[in-house]
Amino acid sequence: MAHLKIPVTKNDHAIGNPSSGRILVEYGDYQCSHCGVAFPLIRKLLRQHGDDICFVFRNFPLQESHPAAVIAALAAEAAALQGKFWYMHDELYENQAELSADNILGYAAALQLDMPKFSHDWQSQQLLERVEKDLEGGLRSGVNGTPTFFLNGERYDDYDETYQSLAMLMEA
Amino acid sequence: MICFNWIQQFTSLMKIDMILTAHTSAPDFELFATPDKKVKLSSFRGKKVILSFYPADWSPVCSDQLAVYNETLKYFQAAGAQLLGISVDSKWSHRAFSEDRHLHFPLLADFEPKGAVAKQYGVYDEQRGAAQRALFVIDEKGIIQWSYLSPNDVNPGADGILEALDTLNNVNC
Repeated sequence: MAHLKIPVTKNDHAIGNPSSGRILVEYGDYQCSHCGVAFPLIRKLLRQHGDDICFVFRNFPLQESHPAAVIAALAAEAAALQGKFWYMHDELYENQAELSADNILGYAAALQLDMPKFSHDWQSQQLLERVEKDLEGGLRSGVNGTPTFFLNGERYDDYDETYQSLAMLMEA
Repeated sequence: MICFNWIQQFTSLMKIDMILTAHTSAPDFELFATPDKKVKLSSFRGKKVILSFYPADWSPVCSDQLAVYNETLKYFQAAGAQLLGISVDSKWSHRAFSEDRHLHFPLLADFEPKGAVAKQYGVYDEQRGAAQRALFVIDEKGIIQWSYLSPNDVNPGADGILEALDTLNNVNC
């Protein structure tokens, strides 16, 4: 069984209840269709059990397979610097079939981000390093594709693209 | 020792090959890496080598596994290791698969005699007629330092390889 090698910290993007004792980490790729399937399921899980779970998203862009995966990951990180990580995260998954630099700039504008700052951060080395660090941490933790989930540090291999398989986590 | 002999006899009777384990010399081989170029394992002496045996080009689990390794190359290279993928597919299938998936490491064709190298490493599945999903980390002197046999339908990821390379490089993790 693979274990999460990089502990969850305050630097992670987290939503839900951090004191719930149930931390679900997803390693995901914004251009991966399987992550696109998981996206509404996670949203439903958070809607129904948001008080009893904390959800953390980490980047795992497979850039050779998905050419827009890295620019999308960087866009979410750049939005995070303006306090809007989850807005951009959701926007990217809702539009995952149309990810391009132009469209991403459009999402940033629609989220009323400070555009000069966004454009600067989006291309910064610092954010690229953060995305790469997420990827390396995932590789070392046994992420073998996207999405890969960890519950309280243990890889969760029973997710099968159904809501039931995610809801089972609430019984763990 | 008695126990080991018994296992050897049993496995040879049952025609089950055992995966080569750590501290075994890695059998040398020469296989096509492109339609006109062969690669010899011993030519990598002085460098670490990761051998990734997999059942088939194009199949879903293999594709995911190799896509992950494609993104891990930077870390393999930083650890001084060369990754080689091996399956029984032909050099032409490898070329098409590699181009389609933008793979940046060689895929070797264990094609004729079919699976001969997989057999030498104890990772050939006679029933399926394909290599099993197996990983080997070989050191600079050509000695296997780590090996792992994964169930066919499970993508083993890169964590075991990275850990084995860290151990070889004395990296504290």
